[in-house]
Amino acid sequence: MGRVNRGWKGLKKSTKTDFATYLGVIAAFVLVNALRGGGMLSSSLTGQLVPICCYIVMALSLNLTVGVLGELSLGHAGFMSVGAFSGIIAAMSLQRAIPFAPVRLAVAMAVGAVFAALAGVVVGVPVLRLRGDYLAIVTLAFGQIIKDLLTCLLVGYDSDGLHMAFNLSGTLTINDLGLKEGGIAIIKGAQGATGTVTIASFAAGFVLIMIALAVILNLVHSRSGRAIMALRDNQIAAESVGINVTKYKMMAFVTSAALAGAAGALYGLNYGNLLASKFDFNTSILVLVFVVLGGLGNMWGSIIAATVLYILPELLREVRDYRMLVYAIVLILVMLATNNAAIKGFFARIFRREKGGAVQ
Amino acid sequence: MEFLNYLISGISLGSIYAIIALGYTMVYGIAKMLNFAHGDVIMVGGYISFCTVFYLGLPSWLSVLIAMAVCTVLGVVIEGLAYKPLRSAPSLAVLITAIGVSYFLQNAALLIWGATPKVYVPVVEGSMPLFGGKLSISYVSLLTVVVCIIIMVGLTLFTGKTKMGKAMRACSEDKGAAQLMGINVNRTISMTFAIGSALAAVAGVLQCSFIPMLEPTTGSMPGIKAFTAAVFGGIGSIPGAFLGGLLLGIIESLAKAYISTQLANSIVFAVLIIVLLVRPAGLLGKYVPEKV
Repeated sequence: MGRVNRGWKGLKKSTKTDFATYLGVIAAFVLVNALRGGGMLSSSLTGQLVPICCYIVMALSLNLTVGVLGELSLGHAGFMSVGAFSGIIAAMSLQRAIPFAPVRLAVAMAVGAVFAALAGVVVGVPVLRLRGDYLAIVTLAFGQIIKDLLTCLLVGYDSDGLHMAFNLSGTLTINDLGLKEGGIAIIKGAQGATGTVTIASFAAGFVLIMIALAVILNLVHSRSGRAIMALRDNQIAAESVGINVTKYKMMAFVTSAALAGAAGALYGLNYGNLLASKFDFNTSILVLVFVVLGGLGNMWGSIIAATVLYILPELLREVRDYRMLVYAIVLILVMLATNNAAIKGFFARIFRREKGGAVQ
Repeated sequence: MEFLNYLISGISLGSIYAIIALGYTMVYGIAKMLNFAHGDVIMVGGYISFCTVFYLGLPSWLSVLIAMAVCTVLGVVIEGLAYKPLRSAPSLAVLITAIGVSYFLQNAALLIWGATPKVYVPVVEGSMPLFGGKLSISYVSLLTVVVCIIIMVGLTLFTGKTKMGKAMRACSEDKGAAQLMGINVNRTISMTFAIGSALAAVAGVLQCSFIPMLEPTTGSMPGIKAFTAAVFGGIGSIPGAFLGGLLLGIIESLAKAYISTQLANSIVFAVLIIVLLVRPAGLLGKYVPEKV
């Protein structure tokens, strides 16, 4: 366009949506902090603020793989666990070197992101050669393998540095590491990470969400992002115009893994005890549900879906035993309703009226 | 001798996976959906059989028939209520619905039967000694293998010879064309779910006879493994599911015995990954290159 547009009206629609998303997250953070300051939040809800932030970032990052790249991943929790455990190891061994907790948390999250990105490269190279449901099953397989390997891991730290052992036979214990006096056991195999100093905070979660949003939204609107979406829409057509399939698929997949790793590190440092089995197939599925209900490729949708669906089982505590049953029914009904032609047509009519007859 | 023992237990475990994978693969072939609730139908089958024996005191063989009947109805009801309205929806929506159904079945079972594991009485007990007692094959293993072969042969004949079976193959090839030839696509899909669920009930009974513990989550891991087996053999292919299930069971059993108990599942999955890298459509699957 030749004319330079100024002000809100002149912005592109996607830019407006992005701004609204950033503003919404900031507003929500301010609001929650105000409520917390005023003692309006129940203690169970306060305890869930950090996990909610982690799952929001998980949903955002998975949305990059499933919504933007268009490949179904059933092993996203694997990257989260790599991030969680490497982040815990980093935070626990740097306790003396970096006494200031927020900096240590940031370092741990960066370490988690780097290790998860490495895992993303290792998994991505074979996985991204496959298509469709075969790709899905291989991500599922990798998720299980990562979980099993972490269950065998023994890590301790003393004045000599890190000690690691791999408990393949199932007979080693933390004592076999030969830690010196004053050394600490960080990860105890099947018992997971125990005695972790919890340094995660809601503010860090908020910052992580903003970083994840900035990374993903900028990637999506960049030249690379358009290449990634072109691959999603038609790989053969994209290839024929010279888009490097492997490069762009890996770019999306590894970015997604790195963000999941950072979220995992934050999650891991929120709990004193953490089991590797926490990050199983069900966790991957949980995040996938957030992404699909929030809308594929729709970032603010993922944020809202992750928040609502994470809190929903808590709100349903009233009905106690029936809460997961109700959750399941809600899930099925929402999927049926959002894909029902009559309901879709109804909403389409309402929105068309609001837009003043603009037809999509 | 030891090796033979592990091999035999691997084959019978693999036969269970194969039976579940056959159900998975039939549903996938025709409805093109990953039915994650399939594993939980196995669990329901196990519980129904348990209840009829334990509370009603019926003989085992009758309990299997009742479990099959209940699961068949359950499968058709699930398909009608949850999947049929989504026939034209994107595949991810159907996947999430299937996950919802899986949650529903698990939690309903939790409410009805509680979280405490039930001890299942195997349908047949005892074992057959071979080589003067050096080797013993439990009757459950024998039964599992025999049942699996019968089902496999039965399904091959069914899809190859009968009218309904041919309709199923036609639907999995091209639903639109099948409809034009006068095939009732909806009824065919319901029928596939009925058969798949009945197989799941059989698998549930055998699985519980093999590992006599019954919990609401009993079906999830075998479900995932059978899904893996179906993909391993080439999803959509009946002999593929049989072969995939069998190989998976053998690999798992041998890995447990000789490498590491903890990493047995990982080894199974690693083999799957390697096989898929060499043969992207599974062992017996047809690789269809995309044409422009």
